[in-house]
Amino acid sequence: MPANSDPQTRSWWSANQIRLAPWLFLAPGMAFFALYVIFPIFQSFQISFYRWDGLGEARYIGLHNYEDLFDDPAFYTSLRNNVKWLLLYLLAIPGGLFIALFLNQQVRGIRLYKSLFFFPFVISQVVVGLVFAWFYNPSIGLFNPLIGLFGFSPMNILGNPDTVTYGIIAAGLWPQIAYCMILYLTGLNAVDPEQVEAARLDGAKGWKMLWYVILPQLRPATFIAVVVTVIGALRSFDMISVMTNGGPFGSSRVLAYYMFEVSLSEYGFRMGYGAAIAVILFLIMLVYIAFFLWRMWREERGY
Amino acid sequence: MKFTIKGAVAALATTTALAFPASAELTGTLRIFFNDQNPAPKEAMEGMVARFGEMHPDLNIELTLIDREANKTQIRNYLTANAPDVNGWYAGNRMRPYVAAGLFEDVSDLWDGPMGDDLASTRPALTLDGKQWGVPYSYYQWGIYFRQDIYDELGLTPATTWDEEKANCQAILDSGRKCYTIGTRFLWTAGGWFDYLNLRTHGYDFHMALTAGEVEWTDDRVRETFANWRELIDMGAFIDDHTAYTWQEAQPFMVNGDAVSYLMGNFVVAPLREAGLTDDQLGFYQFPEITPGIPMAEDAPTDTLHIPAQAQNKEAARAFLQYVASAENQTIVNETLGQLPINRNATVADDKFIQAGFEMLSNATGGIAQFFDRDTDAELASAGMEGFQEFMVMPDNLDAILDRLERVRQRVNED
Repeated sequence: MPANSDPQTRSWWSANQIRLAPWLFLAPGMAFFALYVIFPIFQSFQISFYRWDGLGEARYIGLHNYEDLFDDPAFYTSLRNNVKWLLLYLLAIPGGLFIALFLNQQVRGIRLYKSLFFFPFVISQVVVGLVFAWFYNPSIGLFNPLIGLFGFSPMNILGNPDTVTYGIIAAGLWPQIAYCMILYLTGLNAVDPEQVEAARLDGAKGWKMLWYVILPQLRPATFIAVVVTVIGALRSFDMISVMTNGGPFGSSRVLAYYMFEVSLSEYGFRMGYGAAIAVILFLIMLVYIAFFLWRMWREERGY
Repeated sequence: MKFTIKGAVAALATTTALAFPASAELTGTLRIFFNDQNPAPKEAMEGMVARFGEMHPDLNIELTLIDREANKTQIRNYLTANAPDVNGWYAGNRMRPYVAAGLFEDVSDLWDGPMGDDLASTRPALTLDGKQWGVPYSYYQWGIYFRQDIYDELGLTPATTWDEEKANCQAILDSGRKCYTIGTRFLWTAGGWFDYLNLRTHGYDFHMALTAGEVEWTDDRVRETFANWRELIDMGAFIDDHTAYTWQEAQPFMVNGDAVSYLMGNFVVAPLREAGLTDDQLGFYQFPEITPGIPMAEDAPTDTLHIPAQAQNKEAARAFLQYVASAENQTIVNETLGQLPINRNATVADDKFIQAGFEMLSNATGGIAQFFDRDTDAELASAGMEGFQEFMVMPDNLDAILDRLERVRQRVNED
């Protein structure tokens, strides 16, 4: 028999094994989380008080970066665009829900349709951005002939400061709707058929059935969909980088892109200024994260 | 005892090296990071390395090719963390951050020799704080490339004055075409237009003072430059929707004959030829005079090689740069690149456009500028080119654009 099974020689380790094991498994993750997530957050706060080009000596300048920021038209453009992203991106949730409801039926080949609808989420955002950039291209794109069929005159979506952000959001919505759809399809699997049956006996159908019977049961899915969509909207970056580089003349920037531009891009040497933008973005995200955590906590307590 | 022997050997090696520089044995490893993966530059660089390797058989040369855009962000990392012995970069203000941070090696000693005379034309572009920080291997002209066949059809000849340029443009517009193609999605193409309009309106000295941040952007002379630009914009000289295109995506307008000319660097010739334009259909002329009597200055961006301050094998690196600068090497390399050698003893390739550029730059009495984004501070470069793009779409915003640029200039000067 192995020696350690003998109760006399049971070490401290084997006595506490069950209690310690989860922490040991968590330890690498927690260490990396602290090192690569928590620590950089505080580091960004610190860098935002300096003027630093990333190479030479950093010089302490107090709140000067923030003063510059609140005086910077590009910052307000980015902020406004972030709000647009936030509001319009939420359309992915009803969009995903209706496609999910539509696909949630027993028809021959439904799996194929489901995977076709899910397809955009599988493609890299960069590829989606490229495809849409070609689609919108005023000389070779399909967009202008398409709207021409409905009698609209040609538009330069990505080259016009008034339309560019909406054009990119539309491209971003395509994969995001697919993502929400999957969340809802999973949620619909968990809908209790007996409740639906009971509601039907009570005469509920159509919108009433959806609103009072189905949707309440989809609440967990809705919650996750809102969280990922809001965060997705706030961290939008790759689409903008691929489709417009923040242009024309900076009109499609969002905070995340502007931060990259001033600190890390070809002409960016202002680490402190970039860190200040990152801090603002972090504070905005913090509001949402706190709100969702609070709701989650309340719901857990309520049920 | 060991110490003395080592010293004696070292002393002997030094004297031998001094006495027989040609047979100086280079050993160890020479690591080169080159900033272009495109076929022609790759071939040129690999050829350069192979020939240098033959001269120094004991030297192990490791060549790493980095994508041009990726290098612009990676350079900051590799110069501080894992420096090669030689790296590719650009002349002018673009090297200032690395010079200021002490990451580039001072190579003034190379320039003090005969090499300095051979490369004299680009000495100012590689000089910062009175020292030289790298060696150029190639440059290329900017100018107006145009459809010779359409000019012939309309009975036009390339303009030499601003009035002729506008008259030609009007004739082109009347024929249902656009005068100039341009794609401003990556802002720098608009920078070329600003450079030439400003160089021709006020001359080299004013342009260099402005790009160095010594002149206010709200100055009336800057407004004059923009007023000249606006004449073309108001005529409708540029293609529509140019904000949506890259410089490559703007080429089909010229190839299809919807637009007749393109203000661009000589690198545009190769893709235009590939797209099917023959040398009979394609012409080149110098950007015309605007203010009479101002000596003509040109944009000719210079590509350079540098030695990082933390390089391991600086002796080999210096020898390599010296070889790069030699007339023999520059002749071969620029033949491959389709660009112009800087060494005045090198031979210029037998190509219509390269010959035209060589003649133009040899007679550029006004001076040679690098390009807007290499002559200005980085922060001002990005704000400036963004402003140029905005101006080309909304010329009425000029006051707001200039105010914004002036604010950036003041902040940059404060630092």
